Amino acid sequence: MTWSATTPGAHQPDNTAFTQQRLPAWQPLLSAGITLPLFFCVGLAFIGLGLGLFYSSNGIKELDYDYTGDAGTGNCSLCALADQDRAPPRNCSCAWYFSLPELFQGPVYLYYELTNFYQNNRRYGVSRDDSQLSGLPSSLRHPVNECAPYQYSAAGRPIAPCGAIANSLFNDSFTLWHQRPAGGPYVEVPLDRTGIAWWTDYHVKFHNPPLVNGSLALAFRGTAQPPNWPQPVYKLSSDPNNTGFINQDFVVWMRTAALPTFRKLYARIRQGNYSTGLPRGAYRVNITYNYPVRAFGGHKRIIFTSISWMGGKNPFLGIAYLVVGSLCILTGFVMLVVYIRYQDQNDEDEDEE
Amino acid sequence: MERDTAAAEEPAVPGRRLRRREGRTRTVRSNLQPPPGAEDPAAKGARHLADNRLKTTKYTALSFLPKNLFEQFHRLANVYFVFIALLNFVPAVNAFQPGLALAPVLFILAVTAFKDLWEDYSRHRSDHEINHLGCLVFSREEKRYVTRFWKEIRVGDFVRLRCNEIIPADILLLSSSDPDGLCHIETANLDGETNLKRRQVVRGFSELVSEFNPLTFTSVIECERPNNDLTRFRGCIKHEDGEKVGLHKENMLLRGCTVRNTEAVVGIVIYAGHETKALLNNSGPRYKRSRLERQMNCDVLWCVLLLVCMSLFSAVGHGLWVQRYQEKKALFDVPEPDGSSLSPVTAAVYSFLTMIIVLQVLIPISLYVSIEIVKMCQVYFINQDAELCDEETGSRLQCRALNITEDLGQIQYVFSDKTGTLTENKMVFRKCTVSGIEYEHDANAQRLARYQEGDSEEEDTVPRGGSLPQRGSTGSHQSARGLHRAPGTTSHRRSGSRAEARRASMLSKHTAFSSPMEKDITPDPKLLEKVNECDRCLAMARCQEHPLAHLSPELADVFDFFIALTICNTVVVTSPNQPRQKVRVRFELKSPVKTIEDFLRRFSPSRLTSGCSSLGNLATTKATHKSGSSSLSALSSECSLLRVEDQLGGPAPVITSNGYSSGAAGWAPDPKPELRYEAESPDEAALVYAARAYNCALAGRLPDQVAVELPHLGRLTFELLHTLGFDSIRKRMSVVIRHPLTDEINVYTKGADSVVMDLLLPCASDDARGRHQKKIRSKTQHYLDMYAVQGLRTLCIAKRVLSQEEYACWLQRHLEAESSVDNREELLFQSAIRLETNLHLLGATGIEDRLQDGVPETIAKLRQAGLQIWVLTGDKQETAINIAYACKLLDHDEEIITLNAESQEACAALLDQCLHYVQSRGPHSVPEKTTGYISVGFSPLCPPSEPATSGPCLSLVIDGRSLAYALEKNLEDKFLFLAKQCRSVLCCRSTPLQKSVVVKLVRSKLKAMTLAIGDGANDVSMIQVADVGVGISGQEGMQAVMASDFALPRFRYLEKLLIVHGHWCYSRLANMVLYFFYKNTMFVGLLFWFQFYCGFSASAMIDQWYLIFFNLLFSSLPQLVTGVLDKDVPADVLLTKPQLYRSGQNMEEYRPRTFWVNMADAAFQSLVCFFIPYLAYYNSDTDLFTWGTPITTIALLTFLLHLGIETKTWTWLNWMACGFSVLLFFSVAFIYNASCATCYPPSNPYWTMHTLMGDPVFYLTCLLAPVAALLPRLLFRALQGSLFPTPLQRGRQLAKRSPKKLSAPKETQGPHVGEARTDPSEPRSVSASRPHSQDYTSQASWRRQQPACSREASGEPSVVDVSVPLREAPGSSAAPERYPGDSRTKPSRPAPLASIFSLPGFGSLRWVSSLSLVSGLGSVLHFSRSSLQVDKQDGEFLPRRPRPDRDLCGLTAASKQKQATDYF
Repeated sequence: MTWSATTPGAHQPDNTAFTQQRLPAWQPLLSAGITLPLFFCVGLAFIGLGLGLFYSSNGIKELDYDYTGDAGTGNCSLCALADQDRAPPRNCSCAWYFSLPELFQGPVYLYYELTNFYQNNRRYGVSRDDSQLSGLPSSLRHPVNECAPYQYSAAGRPIAPCGAIANSLFNDSFTLWHQRPAGGPYVEVPLDRTGIAWWTDYHVKFHNPPLVNGSLALAFRGTAQPPNWPQPVYKLSSDPNNTGFINQDFVVWMRTAALPTFRKLYARIRQGNYSTGLPRGAYRVNITYNYPVRAFGGHKRIIFTSISWMGGKNPFLGIAYLVVGSLCILTGFVMLVVYIRYQDQNDEDEDEE
Repeated sequence: MERDTAAAEEPAVPGRRLRRREGRTRTVRSNLQPPPGAEDPAAKGARHLADNRLKTTKYTALSFLPKNLFEQFHRLANVYFVFIALLNFVPAVNAFQPGLALAPVLFILAVTAFKDLWEDYSRHRSDHEINHLGCLVFSREEKRYVTRFWKEIRVGDFVRLRCNEIIPADILLLSSSDPDGLCHIETANLDGETNLKRRQVVRGFSELVSEFNPLTFTSVIECERPNNDLTRFRGCIKHEDGEKVGLHKENMLLRGCTVRNTEAVVGIVIYAGHETKALLNNSGPRYKRSRLERQMNCDVLWCVLLLVCMSLFSAVGHGLWVQRYQEKKALFDVPEPDGSSLSPVTAAVYSFLTMIIVLQVLIPISLYVSIEIVKMCQVYFINQDAELCDEETGSRLQCRALNITEDLGQIQYVFSDKTGTLTENKMVFRKCTVSGIEYEHDANAQRLARYQEGDSEEEDTVPRGGSLPQRGSTGSHQSARGLHRAPGTTSHRRSGSRAEARRASMLSKHTAFSSPMEKDITPDPKLLEKVNECDRCLAMARCQEHPLAHLSPELADVFDFFIALTICNTVVVTSPNQPRQKVRVRFELKSPVKTIEDFLRRFSPSRLTSGCSSLGNLATTKATHKSGSSSLSALSSECSLLRVEDQLGGPAPVITSNGYSSGAAGWAPDPKPELRYEAESPDEAALVYAARAYNCALAGRLPDQVAVELPHLGRLTFELLHTLGFDSIRKRMSVVIRHPLTDEINVYTKGADSVVMDLLLPCASDDARGRHQKKIRSKTQHYLDMYAVQGLRTLCIAKRVLSQEEYACWLQRHLEAESSVDNREELLFQSAIRLETNLHLLGATGIEDRLQDGVPETIAKLRQAGLQIWVLTGDKQETAINIAYACKLLDHDEEIITLNAESQEACAALLDQCLHYVQSRGPHSVPEKTTGYISVGFSPLCPPSEPATSGPCLSLVIDGRSLAYALEKNLEDKFLFLAKQCRSVLCCRSTPLQKSVVVKLVRSKLKAMTLAIGDGANDVSMIQVADVGVGISGQEGMQAVMASDFALPRFRYLEKLLIVHGHWCYSRLANMVLYFFYKNTMFVGLLFWFQFYCGFSASAMIDQWYLIFFNLLFSSLPQLVTGVLDKDVPADVLLTKPQLYRSGQNMEEYRPRTFWVNMADAAFQSLVCFFIPYLAYYNSDTDLFTWGTPITTIALLTFLLHLGIETKTWTWLNWMACGFSVLLFFSVAFIYNASCATCYPPSNPYWTMHTLMGDPVFYLTCLLAPVAALLPRLLFRALQGSLFPTPLQRGRQLAKRSPKKLSAPKETQGPHVGEARTDPSEPRSVSASRPHSQDYTSQASWRRQQPACSREASGEPSVVDVSVPLREAPGSSAAPERYPGDSRTKPSRPAPLASIFSLPGFGSLRWVSSLSLVSGLGSVLHFSRSSLQVDKQDGEFLPRRPRPDRDLCGLTAASKQKQATDYF
């Protein structure tokens, strides 16, 4: 009955630990005495970890060169000057010379770095069509709206690959030359341009559209190249396994960077004589300067780095661990003082009770 | 069938529209009769009437979705979330996949909808069950009663109910198998009262000889519209011959009640279904908003503001960013879809909207749902607490309001009723005084003491249940329950009269209010002797003309006194072992005089003119009338015969003796074990039992007669002419009877002494008789005051003899009043007042209302907890003060300020005087401290930490009249300020309305959290007004419980409810709400810092899935578990250290400052959690979401660790929940990141998590960031725990360090118990093996000390009468009476208490004489009459005595000035 809800509960409540709120419980009391060992333990562990990290980060060698071409910084400034009017000269080349006094321990990775480049801004970041990139023929013909205004070309043909990310593909290229004997001829160092993208990206996410009559070009027929691109996507490389949507440079580029300053892997050096690293000697990097960044205050760098178990060179983690660890130790000492000073008092309190 | 009056006039208009216009009455006709107008068929008329189908469901299958959604969108938050979700569908601003963004809000809506649906379904099921109950309805076709479902009953149907059936609708009783046309019902379902109520067949129908035939019912019933007043029903029935008979609530059988003791009844349905009073009263649970929630809503608004600020900031930033890079034609700048460039302003607007979507997490969508879940669990736990379950009655605490549990932890003021709340409301007759002679009843007092002692013994020695064969099974069951309990937790706290209570509960099925303690009364030998003498005398003299004249006036008074005790009530006699019909003896006068014709028929006009001198003549006429009118049936009473014979001079003694012998045979043998008295109020029962102890036993009660059994006189049957019931305004009840011995018409009145004493016949002071009367009165008044001092409830018994003319005259107007439909109550009230004048005082009774178990301890605890306790009672001042002492509300070393004023000006003057005194008496109470800052003013003035410095505490006692003045607009501030200075406030003689006004005042002016606790109907308004209303499901029905938020079985459970559950609920919820804000701010902070690195483009590095489900799935469970289970301090510590309750009162857990500190910490933590991954992945080739996922993980870990720091108790559930959260996050991430290679743009997180798991930096950041983020908080908490622990932390440390120490003091709850135990004079040895009995022992010993103490108070010259001349009071420090030590050491103690009481006119003359009735220990602040030199009589004192006047003015002005700055 509706009013029976108001009659006194006839049955007794269950007498269980749960209903009586008497569940066995651990009741930690945060006080100096308790946290003291915690702080010391954490502090020591962190300092140890930090030292390890610091040294392993320090063991990583890094060699970088800003080839943006600011005035007076090298021979790329010519190309950069040309870049000013937003019409990059085709294949303006410049070079970076450096010499290694000793072996650059390998394996050596070649990165390029862009600064002030907001790959993470919202409208840029969404401007892509993953199903087009996965080779779906229907998506190839009908890119998603997010790609606009790089969805259809002025002629009304679908752009492949569509979107702002693809349109802004980084298109500088580098070759590395090694002058093995001093004064001798420069020998090209083989750059391994494969395997620079995530394995899953290359094998799962990115696929070329099904070949038409065995030809990739035919598969892309009816599509337009992105406005900034000098050539269609199927001409990115001559290697059939590295062209079209599965061109590794392209795949790497499509993984948008987290921060406005970012690196992207360009190549690995691990072939032939260079599998252990770059031997000592003079080197030259030939740069094909295409990519205009000076307009928006960006910089381009080229970086050689070795890699340890924790990735590239980054002293931060080690330092951070050291700092936090020392803070913990410091707090531990504070706690110790507090503990010693106030222990007696607390005991008195206890006695009073 | 039924029509409304308006409907009848315009039959063409459809019923629905008519309903709005229908008149104030309803007309009911029999459904069996053809309708009066052929054009108005029954079906049409009945269409707009509620049928008896019960439909409490809100929804139908069709209406569920729209209706439920509509209801849910009443909550603003839901609208907001839907708005945000819909915003996501706009392409330019969308942040997430639109469908995904809808998910959480849909989830929340769905959960709520499901809950509603489930509740509705269970309602539907119970409705269905009830609708399909069967009952007998008269069928027109079959001409007999057939079984129909309840739902098929319609208004106008005839229903036949058998014994123990539940009444299906509101039915007008037309016929009963009972020969008197009575029907007994039990209304427990309706109001919880278990005593049987009597209902009466409509007058005119009860005389029918044959069985009632519905087919012949042609009358029309007119009655009021359906309303929810259970105590009222008005209407009349019009017979075909035009005769009108009034209908009252006594004729109604209300739905939900049960027919008892009556074989079968027939009635016509008046109200059905939802128009029944039971359902109109069923308003469902109440919804209040708790203080915490109000505060939280305010902080939610802050969050909204924060959100808007963040979004605005972002928008501006984005606008600038767009402007900067657009010009430069940056490669990453994306033009509008049509290729045109995006203007910075548009971009900013888009960004703003997108930011709102992205940062919506800041407004916690799941907060409301989580709070509701936590509250549900809290209510569950409170309901489940075995310690809040009264073993004796089996009733337990009920939470009727579901969402104010945390308010229990913040209460600052407790307003308590006295009777039934602090006391048992089990009345025990203690003393009486008859015609100025007091009868001490020493033996009775000893007996009571024995009862109290006996409780503890009985506990262990007497096998429960065995002593009570009739309810043995229950007893053994209860004992079994008792054995199951852990001994440490419950039973040792149950002191007092447990066995008695159990016995009472066992009997309660049959009788209300009668434990053996109340029933077995040892009579006072002197009085018994007198009663017997009366009895003998009367028995001898009964044949004479004026039997009572043979008695001395004193003996006559004694006789009348007991007759009044016996019959002036509404007690029903039942004899459960015998069917009622056999016991009853019928009497030929069917009903009391109800019409003037009836009266005239009975008393011929000649008699009216000749007056009462012709008594014999009247009797003769009457006798002839009787013999002529109808033959006396065999059953007709010997008493009536006897009376006839008495009047006639009694020529037939044989018959008379026959009559007596038969009466003796029927009644004398031993009626006591067979008769049970069922009273509506416990003091009635106590008085009837008392009278029975004096051999003056109530033997039977019918509507028109009362039978009284006396040993020598035998059975006297009084013709009951009228009963004027008790009401709280008149404060008295009366019966009008015809005395069988004298045939006089007597009025017996029983009522509060204050009113009855004013209604007495003014006695002439010139003759001896008058002087004697005066003396008797003053003596009685003296004894009354003494009773009051002893804490007894006093009642005056008075009598009035009416002459025939007086009666006739009164009757005429009374009948008019009775038959009027409008304004009936008012007229009846005035009629009663006309009757109850010129009374002759018979005597007074003192009834003890025993304190409930554990009340003093509870009050002490609550006070230690910083609660101010006000007692608002209707009792007289002395009684209230005494009870207040008994329950330790007042202390003997307290100063008591008594405010009794008879006029507004006097009240103002007194208040000023008191304020001055208060302000002068201690620097700490100078209101500078409270200046303008209310929260400071909250802190009670006498915290236990500094009692030594502040001197004695103050208490305020104010009576109802002064209270009325003090509550006037111009004085209420002063009154409140004064009351705030006092440790306890006692309002006596207050009306229900005043109670609620006081509560409202404190609540609104002091902005304090108030709790009102009461048990009776008079407390309902107070309970409703307070923030938290608590009802005691006690003796006085269920009205208070119905109005309350929480219902308790006993007052003492308030302690645990507030101090433990209230504290827990508050602390849990406060911490959870804070945590919620922290969590969301911290999470949003991460996103906000990122905006600085993505051009404020409202981009998010956290995957949208994580963003949306983070709150809902990953981080919700641990906080819920903590919110439900966390105990900041264990219950036993809370109980031993009630001071810990103050943290809730002062809102220590959740105040604006904590909120902002919390937010700041959240900002810091988000900075750490953002920048550590930022720097760790700086200069790397990580992509956006591979970088965002570690941040999400870090956030989750930080939340859990933060919760870990804040969680005080870790049960396995907490561990499980935390583990579950982490596991859930990782497994969801794994599955999600592996599920689809090309879905979920733009994040497209394929294989991200899997890659991260192989990256050591991921683990390194996940380890570092939470530790670094929480380091400050951990440091602070640790330092706080060691250096400046809050009281709560101390409590926890205490519990942790010495768990055994705590369990030891549990045995001795409360200070006085401990004292009592150390008392060497304690007769009972303390047995270590039986810890329970110790408490009972101490309880009992304390109880015995109490009367002694008050006797001492009255006996010793103990009152310190200090005069404070008014002109000295201002500014001066009123030194002499400040310290109790001073006053105690004073050699001369003027004015012993007794002498004060014997002051003539004491009761009426205390307008300014505020005197405190204190025992010798107390110090008294006494603004005596002499000091003010004014009196009630010279009301024009102000002009006459200019100096005090000026002083008063100055005072008032000064304090007014102060008031402006100081008071509030």
